[in-house]
Amino acid sequence: MSSVAYCDAIRQGFGFVMESDPKCLAIGQGLWSPWYVGRSMDGLDRRFGKERVIDTPVSEGATTGIAVGAALHGYKPIVIHPRMDFMILATDQIVNQAAKWRHMLGGHCSPAMVIRGIVNRGGEQGAQHSQALHSWYAHIPGLRVVMPATPTDARDLLIAATQSPDPVLYIDDRWLYEWEEEMAPAADVDLESVGGVLRREGDAITLAGASYSVKLALDAAEILQTHGVTCDVVDMRILNPLDPAALRRSVRKTGRLLAIDGSWSNCGFAGELIASAVEGTRPDEWRAMPSRVTLPHAPAPTSKPLEAAYYPTADSVAAAALDIVKKST
Amino acid sequence: MHSTTSDMRLGPLADPQLFNEPLDLGNGATDALLGYYRSMLKIRLAEEVVADLYVAGEVRCPCHLGIGQEAVAVGVSSALRPTDRVYGGHRSHSHYLAVGGNPAAMIAEIFGKGTGASAGMGGSMHLYAPEVGFHGSVPIVGATIPIAAGAALAAKMDGRGDVAVAYFGDGACEEGILHETLNMASVMRLPVLFVAENNLYSSHLDIKLRQPLDSVARFARANGVEAELVDGNDVVEVARAAERLVRASREGRGPGFIEAVTFRWRGHVGPNEDIDVGVRRSPDELAAWKGRDPIGRLRSALINAKRVAPDSFTLIEEEIRTELRDAVEAARAAPYPPEAALLDMVYANGGQTS
Repeated sequence: MSSVAYCDAIRQGFGFVMESDPKCLAIGQGLWSPWYVGRSMDGLDRRFGKERVIDTPVSEGATTGIAVGAALHGYKPIVIHPRMDFMILATDQIVNQAAKWRHMLGGHCSPAMVIRGIVNRGGEQGAQHSQALHSWYAHIPGLRVVMPATPTDARDLLIAATQSPDPVLYIDDRWLYEWEEEMAPAADVDLESVGGVLRREGDAITLAGASYSVKLALDAAEILQTHGVTCDVVDMRILNPLDPAALRRSVRKTGRLLAIDGSWSNCGFAGELIASAVEGTRPDEWRAMPSRVTLPHAPAPTSKPLEAAYYPTADSVAAAALDIVKKST
Repeated sequence: MHSTTSDMRLGPLADPQLFNEPLDLGNGATDALLGYYRSMLKIRLAEEVVADLYVAGEVRCPCHLGIGQEAVAVGVSSALRPTDRVYGGHRSHSHYLAVGGNPAAMIAEIFGKGTGASAGMGGSMHLYAPEVGFHGSVPIVGATIPIAAGAALAAKMDGRGDVAVAYFGDGACEEGILHETLNMASVMRLPVLFVAENNLYSSHLDIKLRQPLDSVARFARANGVEAELVDGNDVVEVARAAERLVRASREGRGPGFIEAVTFRWRGHVGPNEDIDVGVRRSPDELAAWKGRDPIGRLRSALINAKRVAPDSFTLIEEEIRTELRDAVEAARAAPYPPEAALLDMVYANGGQTS
């Protein structure tokens, strides 16, 4: 086994699904360019041809709609939105069309496809080059939403999403692109067999989240260890439909929960984690009130000090966790 | 065919006092012409049945009737085969029926019954009959335009010469998605026929209050898509344009666009004629358009040419009325979808259970 970075793992996932399914297409802006989506799709156009790896005009809505149409006729498109902020322009096709066709047409058809939205923030890029909008999309029945945290999941959830009979929104985060780990060879993955997973074990508190928030939680756990506090880190992996089993198991053990999320608090994923933990536990299983770390309720700034204040860090996560533990010990 | 004037207006085609004479049948075969007649009459009578059910309070789901516009779908469908991929919008009864969608399944769908075209989960605005090439309709204005283009991409990759059709109205031409899709279909040379039913009104609002020029074919030409402007109440003319543009698409020459000028006799939604305060439709305008009746003009032409005996029309009408009567009876008697369908159809393997 060799060490593979998250962004290269995504490319390996594309290689696997396009190799194993000749009906699989990739379509989106910048796919013939080396700089749009990092290294995550480098060379795929040369390997699979420009008929299957399609670079498009600046038309997020039509591109996504074209993918829905191709999916309804036996193809397996993966639409790439190099920056999630721009994917908002395709939201009708994602929310009103892809997610609803099976249900509203009586279960007779499904646009089984993958929509890949990339979270690309930091670096003073500002309010429209920064957003993590998974909480919005995870609200929608009919759409599956997955957020890989690790390189292996970056590859395997892409494979699972592509092999799913339902439309799947796959969200990767460029802050994870250089995270490396050793990976077993790629294989088929059934998305419905994937649920939340425990990434680290401890006793004092559960840190839960998805995608980059898991990385923050793991780094925070290292810091907490130096304070003599050990924690569970639960990687949710799938946001919709949400399977809270691993989260509830962990909370029953630790009695404390800090939900971490890279989107806003109001009606957001962190709140959903707390609610689903509360709904599946008894009051006497809790040792402290659950809490959450999210973004401030403001658009992303550009200025360096404001940006530093805006994003949660391993330190701020560790501080919040320590606060919960200390107050309830 | 009609050419738009240099400033891209409809000109005489938008004047209901014109083009109301019997159709010019050319050398069209009588069987084919009678087939158009039967298909248009079936659509007309089916929609009248739906309107009556609505008035009677038996049907509550919003129904957007296209009475008066039957020639567009029937003309276009004459160029299609079952492996083609047709997509519609909120006013798509005609598009569904014209390719051979089952009227009984449509009426059951409008009743919300489990025997409906979409198993009672969609209603009037979500029709589905893939076995005859009708792959879905939705009411988000313009939403199926790129989906049809995607169906065309699939057809192109399949390489069997199938085409896709996107039906939409003049209102959808005000949505950005049409322009994005025209551009992409053109640059990707997709085998898709865009069919704009320009009935001069979007909901309540006259096209003159919505667009600076009233011919929407200008958007196709701006994107390098070949367009034909036709009298949408002349089934022969629509069929001829569709046949030419569909052939071009099948042969790999990319997309085509038909602008069919027509008029709906009922309001935007529901059975009424909507000649009300705030609605810019005058009784005189409506009466004039009824004089440009696509069915009456074909019928007169067939009688004038002594191609068909008048009692043949009576027979056709009786057959259709019987079929529709049976369809309504069957829909009334059919069961509603089971409550489990609420969750069962969300995902391929059911809904959320946690």
